Parts: sequence; structure tokens; C-alpha cells
Amino acid sequence: MGVDLNSADEVDRIKGDISSNDSKSDTGKYRRIVKKYLPLLYVIFLMLPIYSLVCYSFKTEFEIKNSITPIPMIGTLANYKAIFGDRQSYMALVNSLLYVVMNNAISLVVAVPAAYGFSRYSFLGDKHLFFWFLVSRMTPPATVAIPLFQLYSALGIIDTHFAVALAHCLFTVPIAVWILEGFISAVPRELDEIAQLDGYSFPHFFIKILLPAIAPGIGVTAFFCFIFSWVEILLANWVTTIDAVPFGSIILRAGMALGLNPLGWISAMAVLAIIPGVLLIYFVRDHLAKGFALGQIE
Amino acid sequence: MKPINNRSFFYILPALIVVGGSTIIPLAAIVNFSVQDVFYGNDFIWVGPKWFIQVLSSKEFYDTLLRTFAFSATVMIIEVPLGILIALSLPRKGRLIPFYIIAIAIPLMIPWVVVGLMWLLIIHPQWGSLGALLSLIDLQIDANNMIVAWSIIVFVDVWHWTSLTILLCYSGLLAIPDMYYQAAKIDGAKRWNLFRYVELPKIKRVLMIAILLRFLDSFMVYAEPFILTRGGPGKSTVFLSQSLMLTASKQFDLGHSAAVSLIYLSIIVLFSWILYKVM
Repeated sequence: MGVDLNSADEVDRIKGDISSNDSKSDTGKYRRIVKKYLPLLYVIFLMLPIYSLVCYSFKTEFEIKNSITPIPMIGTLANYKAIFGDRQSYMALVNSLLYVVMNNAISLVVAVPAAYGFSRYSFLGDKHLFFWFLVSRMTPPATVAIPLFQLYSALGIIDTHFAVALAHCLFTVPIAVWILEGFISAVPRELDEIAQLDGYSFPHFFIKILLPAIAPGIGVTAFFCFIFSWVEILLANWVTTIDAVPFGSIILRAGMALGLNPLGWISAMAVLAIIPGVLLIYFVRDHLAKGFALGQIE
Repeated sequence: MKPINNRSFFYILPALIVVGGSTIIPLAAIVNFSVQDVFYGNDFIWVGPKWFIQVLSSKEFYDTLLRTFAFSATVMIIEVPLGILIALSLPRKGRLIPFYIIAIAIPLMIPWVVVGLMWLLIIHPQWGSLGALLSLIDLQIDANNMIVAWSIIVFVDVWHWTSLTILLCYSGLLAIPDMYYQAAKIDGAKRWNLFRYVELPKIKRVLMIAILLRFLDSFMVYAEPFILTRGGPGKSTVFLSQSLMLTASKQFDLGHSAAVSLIYLSIIVLFSWILYKVM
């Protein structure tokens, strides 16, 4: 494994060598230094606003409005206490988590067989179907909002977590099928045949052999379904009224209708909304690059 | 070759039902609305292409469409080269890599509403950290200026979404075998040529996916302009999704918004198809 590590470092070195051969002048040297620190600078650029938000969330309303300091000078947990003390606020976060988990479950349950079908067999209209899945990823949520509302009202599921989970399948299922198809195609088809010869029934094979073989793929898929559902607000807001209201709606209300008031509460709520995503990235960090690389496997 | 088995359609069926419920049925309803007029909520009258003619002959629709295209083009022109540049300058291996990956992926995980409100707070002239800093040197972020309003939205989008291009390109770059680089060194290649003839062809596919995804999402942009500028000043930052939600929810103009929806969707599908073919 040591060889592997060295060779990768070597590529970085070669790239550096090639750049330096290019330009021996001072401007070239300057450019190289900028480039060396570019990723770090970019990360700082990404993190500053988030840091700022975290600071706000630990400041009192008075401090936010009367002084600009890079760290909270007084420091308070009042904003977070306010959220966890108010049923509507914390339930909004719970609601969002609930429909995201539901969406994840639905997406995976329907996408794994679909991906298996697309990956293993050709059948009448398979290409068209695959493209049609992509089209549903292209549908702007704004265009289907009204009909979805009417449909869910007719079904009597409006203002339930299930409704939001189902609405979000619009873009999570296509992504899930697409990612999983790549992972299943990477598993040799011989595995299916060997399992059959060994006397595994199909459901048994599916659960005992195929699913473990594509476990990282399932993790990556769940990750993507989670983000797409967690960040979406238009449909989530549109098909809920009281009981299943997502956190986005109540932040939006405080931010827009009430004119950024109360500021500390909004910041704390926003910080809480960022946390699940950060935790999730931390858990899948090793598979993330792999998941993103899937595009080129086909 | 994959074996032909028409029964494998049944593997797809559950996914088809779930997704069909949220696309085919609503789209059928939209087609239905787009050729009828509704009175008192339940009287439907056939009006033929009236709504389409109305939409396609309104200047407002073209203005909004053009703005949306301009927005997509602007963010892609900034995000794609910037993403490639940063992906190229990330080291291929090292202890810092997990740190970089996590940090770069974080903006993608933040709900759109939160991104919008976070920046709204930060650029607030009195309370915002950036806004107050700029006030110190007598610079005001004046959201009533059209150029400033546009810059804010583009800036926030760049902050939010360049990460996607970076991560996609980076994973593409990682897949290039080491020997390509060694060969380039032996040949005495220039940095630009190394990029142009070795790296770019290898990341072309992921790059196209990045461009396609960025096109789709920027063309559907909703929450950020809605929060940051409320479409203002005037209508200079109203994009298609927002104008559609406005006609649909405030005026409840079903026929008109259905016609807009269908045209909107056709444009997206057409452009994605062109990109897909170019890939």
C-alpha cells in the first residue's frame, strides 16, 4: 500500500514540476503560491458565513443589533432554549426529519429493484423509461405544485409527512435509480448465476448477496436522497399546513413576513438545520468521492 | 450484451408508480388545465390554445425567460471554470483531503431557505457582519440597485453550488492513472497542454454532468432570489419558478400557469436533451 501512497504523491509533485517548468519568472512563482493556498482560501470563503451564523446564534438580540464582534462577547444559549422550549419550533425540525427518513425508505425500496432491472436486462422501452426518469428530475417543482396539492387533497393526505415524502420522490427516485444502477453494474453478473446454481431463491439472493455487495452504493444513495429532500422547501411548504410543517416554512415566516425577527432565533434554527447535513457528510466522507465519480463508470 | 427479458419491466414498476404519481398525474392535470378555463372552481370550458397564445404573446413571459437564461449562463460561466481550477489545485492524496472534502461539501447540505436567510443576515447594513464591515468604509449594499441585486444572487449561488463542480471534477481527476502524468513529464509537456490533452478529456464526462445539473438547478432557482431580493428591484430578479408560483398561488390563474408550466418544462427537457447528446 505504501507504493500506492507514494505514487499519488508523485503525481502531485509531477504536476508541480510541470507548472514550474512552465514559468520560471516571478509571476509564475507568484501564481504557484496562490494555487498552493487556493483550496485553503476557498474553504475559508465557504466557512466564514457559516461561522458568522453560528456566532449570531449565541448572541442575544441586543448584542446582534448593537455591536459587531467576531465572537459572541456576552454569549447566551437563550436562542436554543427558545427553540427547544417551543413545541412548534422543535416539532418543525422533527417533521422535516420524519419526512426525509420516510422519503429515504420509499426511494430505496423502489429504486433498488428498478436499478437491478435496468442494470441486468434489456426490455421493451428500457431506454425511454430511463430517460423518462431523468425527465422527472428535470421537472421544476413549481410546475407540479398545484396539481400535486389537488391530488393529495383528493387522497386526503394533505398536511402529512407521507405527502411530502411522496412529493420529494419526484427527484430522489431518479437520482437513486441512476446511482444504484452504476453500483449494481459494477457487480459481475456471474454472481447472480452462481447464486442461482447454489440454490438461492431470488428474494434470498437479493437480500443476502446483492444488497451486501452494493452496501456502499446504498449509503451513497441514501446520502443523496437525504440532501435533496432535506434542502427542498417549495413542495414541502406547499403540501403542508399545520401538522407537518417543515422547519423551512417557519424560518421563512420569521425571516420574511416578520422582517428578520427574532434574529437570534432564526440563526439558531438555521444552525440546527445545518447540523444533520454536516453529520451525514462526516459519516460518508470516504464514499463521497466514489459516489460523485459514478458518472464516469458507465 | 444484456439478456432481453420483458418481464423485468416489473422490477421497474414500483419506481414507476411512485414517480408517476408525482409527475404523470400532475402533468396530465396541467395539460388539462392548459386548454380549459375554470369558473367557480369546477366549471371547465374548452378554450383551445388561448392560454398558450396569451403566454407566448406577453412581453413579461419573454422577459422572465430571458432573465432566467441569463442567470443560468452567468452562474455556469463562473462556477464551471472556478470549480475546475479548485479541483485541479486540490492535492490527490494527503491528510488534508478528508478535511477539504467535508468542508467543500457542506454548502450543498444546507437547505436553500437557510442559505438565503444566512446571506440576507450577513449583508444587512447594520446587523450583518459583511454589511457592517462595508458600512465602515462607506460602502452600502444597495439592493435597490439592479446590478447589486443581481450580483448578490449570483454571488450566493456561486458560494452555494461551486462545490458541486469541484467535487465532480475532483473525483474525475482522481480516476486518471498515474502513468499519464509520468508520460506527460517525460514528454516535457507544458501545464496547459497537460490540462488540455490529458486532464480535460478524462474529466469531460463528469464535467458535462456537472454542467447539466447546474443548468437544471439554476434554471429552477426559487428560494434564494425570493428571499434575498424578493424579485426586486421592480421585476429584475423574478425568475420563472417565482413568477409561476406567483400566478399560481396569489392569482390562482390555473390555465395561464399551466401553459407557462408546459412551456417551461419543454424548454428544460429540450436543453437537457441537447446537453445529453453533446455528452
